[in-house]
Amino acid sequence: MKSTVIKFIGAILLLCIGIFIGKSFFRSSTETAVPMPSGMTYRSTGASNDTTQVLKSNSFNGEIIEVKKGNSIQEAVKKANPGDLIRVYPGNYSENVFIDKDDISLQGVVINGKWPTLDGKKEINDAFLYSGNGILIENFKIINYKGNAIMGQAGNNFIIRNNWIIDTGVYGIFPQYGKNGLIEHNVLSQIADAAIYVGMCDNVDVRHNEVFDNVAGIEIENSRHCLVENNYAHNNTGGLLAFVTPGLPIKTTFDVILRNNFVVNNNHENFGAPGSTVAGIPAGTGILIMAADDVIVENNIITGNNNTGITIVDLATGDPKANDPNSEGNPDRVTILDNIMFDNGNNPTGEIKTIMLTQLDSNGPDIFAYGGGTGSTIRNKNRYRTFGIADYGTAQINDTKDILTMMTPKPVPPRSVSKEEIGELTYYGVCAGCHAFGTRLIGPPTEIIQAIHNDNPQGIVDYITKPKNLRDDYPEMPPQDYLSDEAKMAVAEYILSIKH
Amino acid sequence: MSKKVLILKSSITGLLAVFLFTFFISKNKSETYEVLTKLNSNCPPGFKKNANNECIAQNLYMQYNSPNGLGVGGLQTGLPEIRDGFSPQQIDLGRYLFFDPILSGDGSMSCASCHNPEKGFSDGQKTSLGNNHQKLKRAAPSLWNVAYLKKLFWDGRATSLEEQMQEPLFSKIEMNNTPDNLLNKLNSIKEYQQMFAEAFPDRAINSEIKLNEIYKSIAAFQSSLISLNSKYDRYAHGYHDALNDNEIEGMNVFRSFVARCAECHTPPLFTNQQFAVIGTPEPNGIQFDPGAQITFKDSTLRGAFKVPSLRNIEKTAPYMHSGNFATLRETVEFYTQGRGHAVPKNENLIIHWHIWEPNLTAYELDRLVDFLKTLTDETFTPKIPNTLPSGLKPSV
Repeated sequence: MKSTVIKFIGAILLLCIGIFIGKSFFRSSTETAVPMPSGMTYRSTGASNDTTQVLKSNSFNGEIIEVKKGNSIQEAVKKANPGDLIRVYPGNYSENVFIDKDDISLQGVVINGKWPTLDGKKEINDAFLYSGNGILIENFKIINYKGNAIMGQAGNNFIIRNNWIIDTGVYGIFPQYGKNGLIEHNVLSQIADAAIYVGMCDNVDVRHNEVFDNVAGIEIENSRHCLVENNYAHNNTGGLLAFVTPGLPIKTTFDVILRNNFVVNNNHENFGAPGSTVAGIPAGTGILIMAADDVIVENNIITGNNNTGITIVDLATGDPKANDPNSEGNPDRVTILDNIMFDNGNNPTGEIKTIMLTQLDSNGPDIFAYGGGTGSTIRNKNRYRTFGIADYGTAQINDTKDILTMMTPKPVPPRSVSKEEIGELTYYGVCAGCHAFGTRLIGPPTEIIQAIHNDNPQGIVDYITKPKNLRDDYPEMPPQDYLSDEAKMAVAEYILSIKH
Repeated sequence: MSKKVLILKSSITGLLAVFLFTFFISKNKSETYEVLTKLNSNCPPGFKKNANNECIAQNLYMQYNSPNGLGVGGLQTGLPEIRDGFSPQQIDLGRYLFFDPILSGDGSMSCASCHNPEKGFSDGQKTSLGNNHQKLKRAAPSLWNVAYLKKLFWDGRATSLEEQMQEPLFSKIEMNNTPDNLLNKLNSIKEYQQMFAEAFPDRAINSEIKLNEIYKSIAAFQSSLISLNSKYDRYAHGYHDALNDNEIEGMNVFRSFVARCAECHTPPLFTNQQFAVIGTPEPNGIQFDPGAQITFKDSTLRGAFKVPSLRNIEKTAPYMHSGNFATLRETVEFYTQGRGHAVPKNENLIIHWHIWEPNLTAYELDRLVDFLKTLTDETFTPKIPNTLPSGLKPSV
């Protein structure tokens, strides 16, 4: 009897030791599996038929900066130099991270299902704001911000992926004025405007994202050359949107492909802010194309959207905003290829309901077109219940299978500026306020500087970094230490090279 | 023989004398001509003179790309296309004209009366004062970086500086001049005749000053007013110590999508050059201003005004098209007081979608003001002429 108990206890003990060893063994193995700093890679599906191929544009030779619970991501960004990778470990980070540098990668490290979480506590405006080129942001959970989860301003070559974003205010992921970007494998919900909002951008792929419980799922606005593919948009007020907003400096949307998406049951009540564009979207809108040109809708599954499957309207009909004489408001050359559509329009609202009642139909259609626009076509028109597409011709293409990506084949390069040009721009753009050839302005004439520092550009660099007042007849020069070392040397050499 | 030699010698001396005489005369002549040069032959700061004697803009933003060539974006974005290529002489002549009250009907006002360099090329008034100190309808906009703007006036009714300036010059309630009177006055001043001859060397000798030469010179001077070297610009070009923590916080509020300032006041010029209905109140006693509705004959633009640049905004109080807000703090607070809160009851305006309820805190508003003050740069302020060809006092 006793021995049985001992045996039993021993067995349990052994089991416990086994579990302990097993657990620690496997845990350490997950921790050591450090993912490649993938920000340094450049995905170019256009270069090959293999869409998973990853091409490396740069080899990684930066530093890896680790941020652990209790530390600040922004401090790491401050320390980082172009090319560096910042790895953020699980923990709560309540901060606004801004990245005004190029080629910085921010990578969350998810361990045991625990995510590095940026929590705005409904007090902080944005989780990530970037203006640099070549920014990568991946593997973060972002919640409770007031403005955006991730907002970009004029950063090119961006990659935003694998993020889990809940209720971050106005937008979830919002690149603006960017060229060449990839937004993929993100999950976004409860956003009061668009979950993914590509605004005034060019060459952006939006793929494999799940967007639900938002006012707008994915919105391509005043942007060109965008591919929206393999996304799952459900229970938003509107699923996928491609449109022109008037009154913005960049006026057009064209060359957009909406392909292979699930656009299902987008019937969420509209909770957009009064006055916003999306506040006017009727609940039950699958796809909305407003004033955008050359949009192709292909191979989507569009079902259960209670108002319409696809709505195509002009600005005058769709958006009661102040006019913009420079915005062309008609959706032209829309192409609808094969799509699976059924069960749409079960409970139409507003104008569409009224219009359909004039057709003695109490349901909304699969495809609803209203207002201006020319050159639109459709494949297999008779398949769908439609309104307003009587003038649509037969599509001239069957598919878009040759277009694998809208991203550029190579990263958008920075503007190339030679050292001489930097020197010249700095001399005329900065120094010329106080120095000129042949005349005294505030500081000594340029030829005097040349005489003092003849053949010695370093002398000029040292002086402008930390001026020491050598002359009673001139005011002291303010230090120009804000110029980069490169610009300082360039301008020094330029000054010595000027002939008059 | 000796007589012959004497004649020969004297004739040689004579010839030499004549030669020297003519040489000196001609040299004197050229010297007199040099003295006559009245205008600066160097381009102002921010411009490089090319082989055609044209001043071409040069600044650090020319290192960067600009999305779709429009000059809107983020920190390191190129500027919009600039109006440049004027000669240094035209720019300098424009400077004299700009400050010269001879341009007004009664000789009391110059361009600088409302566009005073000491007040950010504005005038510190809610709405400007015109002829006989009468109150005008709108505030004088700053002229800094005006060379980058495609539409002029608050309501965008002019598309070039030349077109724009004719309104204040010849408006009865502003400078109250007439084209004939302006030409007569300037043509009667010898120094101006000489200056115009220098600034427009291709025209026929002794030709009279023409209106388009006046307009072009003033436009040349206005286009030379460049302000791109503020503390903010240093940050933008990569020197992150240029701004302190408060200013950086303000910048982040400014560009966040909560406050949305940067959506219309887009860097690097801090305007996207569009028209927006934001629903600001008029000062007491001033009628509602329909703004761009008149220009574009479009009722959806009722109450719309051109988005102004914010560069040197610290210097141009009071703010908005009719100067209703005395301080920057009051101005930024307007945007958080509710969409359309100040729209008159009888007006039904289509308020811009970026005007919403951002619920900015007092702390955030203070930081915004901190940031706006980093946009100040007056290092390229031109000199006010000491004396003017008209003999009048430069008026500001």
